[in-house]
Amino acid sequence: MSGAFLEFLFRWGHILSGVTWIGLLYYLNLIQGAFVAEAAGPTKVEVTTKLLPRVMWWFRWAAMSTFVFGILLILVKVNAAGSMGGYFKSPQGMSIAFGGILGTIMWFNVWFIIWPNQKVIIETNQTAAKAGKAPEGLGKRPRIAFLTSRTNVMLSIPMFFFMAAAHYAGGVLIKF
Amino acid sequence: MKNPLETWKGAVTLGVILTVILWLIAGAMS
Repeated sequence: MSGAFLEFLFRWGHILSGVTWIGLLYYLNLIQGAFVAEAAGPTKVEVTTKLLPRVMWWFRWAAMSTFVFGILLILVKVNAAGSMGGYFKSPQGMSIAFGGILGTIMWFNVWFIIWPNQKVIIETNQTAAKAGKAPEGLGKRPRIAFLTSRTNVMLSIPMFFFMAAAHYAGGVLIKF
Repeated sequence: MKNPLETWKGAVTLGVILTVILWLIAGAMS
């Protein structure tokens, strides 16, 4: 298998996973959050206990898959360029470095802030729903998960800019 | 002042501002 074909396969996986991840991020921030804020009590419970666990499964594993394919793509690129410095000093490498750092921060936010908090929120709601009570003791968890999710929406804008710019980096990154 | 991240529009606006800042930095570094 040629290096170019391997690179293409990794890119394909990176895009498929990335679309799934960020699609769900935008769904959560643009649609589900606003819906839950308006929904009646029993509907809120249904969304949190039955819909959210499914969204979060695809959301976090798509984030992981995007990250892994991204790392593999960079390894292929660095290998083709001959050295780490050689690749990242090129306009394309510079653009990917910025996009990759933003994407890595977003991946970290999903796995180490959003998911650990959402896991507790989901489990607490499921336990409370079975007992027929309101969920208690969540403290700042919903707020932390919400703000981190919004932070990822913000970071996705420059992240996509640099990912897309990498293909035209010579013309996009301008030294004033 | 309200946290701009409270609304998706605030988050997108901050994202665009951040894009311009990082674009200038990346340009200067390239």
